[in-house]
Amino acid sequence: MEKNINITLKVWRQAGPKAKGKFVKYRLENVSPDSSFLEMLDMLNEKLISERKEPIAFDHDCREGICGMCGLYINGHPHGAMGGTTTCQLHMRKFKDGETITIEPWRSTGFPVIKDLIVNRNAFDTIMQAGGFISVNTGGVPDGNAIPIQHDKAEEAMDAASCIGCGACVAACKNGSAMLFVAAKVSQFALLPQGQVERATRAKAMVAKMDELGFGNCTNTGACEAECPKNVSIAHIARLNREYLSAKVKD
Amino acid sequence: MWLIDSSIGRKLIMSITGVLLVLFLLFHSIMNFVSILSPYAYDVICAFLGANWYAIIGTMGLAAGFIIHILYALILSYQNLRARGNNRYAVKVRQKGVSWASLNMLVLGIIILGFMGLHLFQFWSKMQLIELMHNMGAATDAQLTALAAKGSHWVQYYFGQPIYSVLYIVWLSALWFHLTHGVWSMLHTLGINNQTWLPRLKTFSYILATIIILLFMAVPICGLLKAGPLFSPESMYNPFLNI
Amino acid sequence: MTKKQSTSKVEVPIIDAKIPAGQLAEKWTNYKNTQKLVNPANKRRLDIIVVGTGLAGASAAASLAELGFNVKNFCIQDSPRRAHSIAAQGGINAAKNYPNDGDSVERLFRDTIKGGDYRAREANVYRLAEVSNNIIDQCVAQGVPFAREYGGLLANRSFGGAQVSRTFYARGQTGQQLLLGAYSALSRQVGKGTVKLYTRYEMLDLVIIDGRARGIIARNLVTGKVERFAAHAVVVGTGGYGNAFFLSTNAMTSNGSAALQVYKKGAFFANPAFAQIHPTCIPVQGEHQSKLTLMSESLRNDGRIWVPKKKEDAEAIRKGKLKPTDIAEENRDYFLERRYPAFGNLVPRDVASRAAKERCDAGFGVGNTGLAVYLDFEEAINRLGEHVVRERYGNLFEMYEKIVDDNPYKTPMMIYPAIHYTMGGIWVDYELQTTVKGLFCIGEANFSDHGANRLGASALMQGLADGYFILPYTIQNYLADQIRVPRFSTDAPEFEEAEKQINEKINRIISIQGKRSVDSIHRELGLVMWDFVGMARNKKGLEHALKRIQEIRKEFWSNVFVPGKADDLNTELEKALRVADFIEIGELMARDAILREESCGGHFREEHQTEEGETLRNDKEFAFVSCWKYNGEGEEPSLFKEMLAYEFVERDQRNYKA
Repeated sequence: MEKNINITLKVWRQAGPKAKGKFVKYRLENVSPDSSFLEMLDMLNEKLISERKEPIAFDHDCREGICGMCGLYINGHPHGAMGGTTTCQLHMRKFKDGETITIEPWRSTGFPVIKDLIVNRNAFDTIMQAGGFISVNTGGVPDGNAIPIQHDKAEEAMDAASCIGCGACVAACKNGSAMLFVAAKVSQFALLPQGQVERATRAKAMVAKMDELGFGNCTNTGACEAECPKNVSIAHIARLNREYLSAKVKD
Repeated sequence: MWLIDSSIGRKLIMSITGVLLVLFLLFHSIMNFVSILSPYAYDVICAFLGANWYAIIGTMGLAAGFIIHILYALILSYQNLRARGNNRYAVKVRQKGVSWASLNMLVLGIIILGFMGLHLFQFWSKMQLIELMHNMGAATDAQLTALAAKGSHWVQYYFGQPIYSVLYIVWLSALWFHLTHGVWSMLHTLGINNQTWLPRLKTFSYILATIIILLFMAVPICGLLKAGPLFSPESMYNPFLNI
Repeated sequence: MTKKQSTSKVEVPIIDAKIPAGQLAEKWTNYKNTQKLVNPANKRRLDIIVVGTGLAGASAAASLAELGFNVKNFCIQDSPRRAHSIAAQGGINAAKNYPNDGDSVERLFRDTIKGGDYRAREANVYRLAEVSNNIIDQCVAQGVPFAREYGGLLANRSFGGAQVSRTFYARGQTGQQLLLGAYSALSRQVGKGTVKLYTRYEMLDLVIIDGRARGIIARNLVTGKVERFAAHAVVVGTGGYGNAFFLSTNAMTSNGSAALQVYKKGAFFANPAFAQIHPTCIPVQGEHQSKLTLMSESLRNDGRIWVPKKKEDAEAIRKGKLKPTDIAEENRDYFLERRYPAFGNLVPRDVASRAAKERCDAGFGVGNTGLAVYLDFEEAINRLGEHVVRERYGNLFEMYEKIVDDNPYKTPMMIYPAIHYTMGGIWVDYELQTTVKGLFCIGEANFSDHGANRLGASALMQGLADGYFILPYTIQNYLADQIRVPRFSTDAPEFEEAEKQINEKINRIISIQGKRSVDSIHRELGLVMWDFVGMARNKKGLEHALKRIQEIRKEFWSNVFVPGKADDLNTELEKALRVADFIEIGELMARDAILREESCGGHFREEHQTEEGETLRNDKEFAFVSCWKYNGEGEEPSLFKEMLAYEFVERDQRNYKA
């Protein structure tokens, strides 16, 4: 069993959307290396509460890496330095005794801060509402096996569909671009026969909404892919470009 | 207009102008390489690209490409800066797999632009511009007019001075970085990419950038080393000798 | 709807589930053929509130909006896509019979009824099996990337409790893909304006006007403002209440509050004691543990479960002096293989869970807490080779290593049971309507079709069946009478009163300013629940639990400390409101467990077991759904029964030994 560690935390505190935020330093002792990062924050909050102070607000839910709710910018990385991992699956054994850990919220115009480390990611929902669907009503659809789908295409669609909508791509991008998120959805449907009918309108509608909401322009740095906890590839961005350009050219 | 209003449209313009500029650079680099192999052959090419209608149209197109590329670079960078929000991250780390060049395209572009001013002053203004002014009836220096189509002369003149050779090598290094990201990025923006081709295109990008820059650099390097038919102390090149 | 029927001792009122007449296979068709519908012009005039955006909530909201109703959909997280349905790994059952292995609607129905240990309603389960096929078609049409064979057709795998391969899956993320499908359909309606989506809102009360559900009170979690919403009908799809145990496989915000609020407003709470404990979860690491992570049940296909035979070995392992690999083969106790030679490590969830607990309680547990058993792949690796094991379970091993920092290829995994799913919930009739008119309940939140135990890959099926294919029909039968009812104003005195009470409750909690954090009280409750209302229950323990829960309630209402303000984003306040409700639910669970003097499925009463330690059902006295009616604060709830008459299936005894 490894020894418990003592750490210093530099945490962004911001009382509300319009308030001015600042970093506050906290010392936390006796942290078990087997704790998850969020459990460490729970511990800190417990300590703050015992000192009758307001705890740090942060988003989290499933704590098993699939809901996409958690998102902290830890030591310069969305979800921390460990690749392919969400914040909730990051464990304290990845940190050293005596280390100072800086925790920031996602910072981008598309995701304004609500409080402390919580940001507003409604923009992703709004983009989905613009076209992230196949227009079928409940009932009256063909049998599931009516249209065979090539195994590899289904797998690639699944790769794209594994996006959890956490926003790490936007947080990591120096341009605050949401291209990887939008590309993942457009790509998933573009690969499946069911998505063909609305292929062009979907790409146009989702990109237009993304631009409208204040996300930046993609410059293909690949930072999104490097920080994506589900390893969604920027090859999907190329497909989105293709889908969008061919839709526009056809118009 | 979607080319202006949409992010992918704006990127398309960057990409298409980028393709044009890369093709131009490839041509220019091959042409330059000729100068150190055969100064006279180079002069022939320069004469061909003087104040002729096709060369002028080409130059104008090129200038437009440059200007649009730069203009859009500024617009995109400004928009991207705004999209990042008011608060900067306190800790910044470059992710594994993210090239330095891709994060600094604007800075590299500005360096390239600065040197391009020098380059235009040193070569273009003394060649095509002079010829053009002369043709249009402006009073131009007779000596300069005579030298307008003699590219090898100017190459010999400037790269014979080590300071310029070194400056050009620095400039070309910046251009190399710019191209390593730019080449695959412009193809990616056009949608010409997928999982399999992603690493291949990146490799292609490095290879093309290296070829272009090596061809370009051969000139200042020869200048520094005083090697080849143009720069060696035994050089017999005479701009006014027609062969 | 209630009539009296005398049972052995006291008069217990019987409630009627309004099951349509006819043969089992004809009931749903008959219902649909004769139910009342609402015409399109009138649908536009009707508002429906749907609380929850999981598989059930999102699919219902989308389907109702497609029909033309005005829907208001409430989501506790920042996006519907975060609902905990997303975490389901394994798959979704359907009676497609694509593999040609003899599956049918009838077989799926029978497997589910048997899996639930004969405590589910026949007609509902049959309907569930009937619509299961439509769900797969619907999801494929939505672009859900199910696993495919090389020929391009849908792939199936087998799951516990069935002899056929009927489980459809999308890698280990089936729940995620199905939820994203429903979320897409919902997003489409939000974009069209037919659904108004309220994210970061938590329902805090149900509003009843003239005996009918007419709206809700919800708190905007960002501003802290308590707001009123009116509608012609209210649908609750807010999931299960497993977090009453503090540590469970549920998400952090999963709660039972909406269910408890409607219970307090007159909806009956059915079978609260039926909770499922999943045997293969990653064990508790330390005192700061916040939740438990599930490892797929499929691991038991190749892993062997054991603890040391000698107590001193177990002790040495706990102290870190010995490693599991140091224990010689003859000193290992493969207790499932020993106790259940026929099924071995593949006994059902409840049996495996209880056996592991028995060993740990006897002092043979491993891990630093002593609450873990080994799941060993050494034999499988020797037999199949490491690469085959990697192919089958690679992603699970990776996840395990991320959390525990141990390489399962080298040292055995540690596992321990954890609370996973609650079969109990709000009582609903065949139409999914509760005992409050105009209030419907869907998904895990209702007492559902799983009886006393749920089979793997059936939860996703039930959530989507309710939302896509059942509620959109049955709710019209109710709303057909409501077309003349104008839209409600939220100024009605009932709304005012409800809002006032919520504000009072919030202010009361904040003004306690005691010494205990919300989590510390929740942990205390969880421990009591786990120890006495968990895997193995007995009368003495349950009565002790009731006493302890009452103490915890007192402690909460006199000594909790909630910092911050009511009109702000205040996570401690949110948690406090939920914990207050978990205390009530915990009490209800204990009460129901005391009542049910039998063992069935996930409910195991130590007094009622066979000589071999198996569940001993009592069909004569307990073939009913226990429904609890709220009688006011401090009052004992009263019991109602829905009798489970089995007309089409014969009840059988489950046997896993031979």
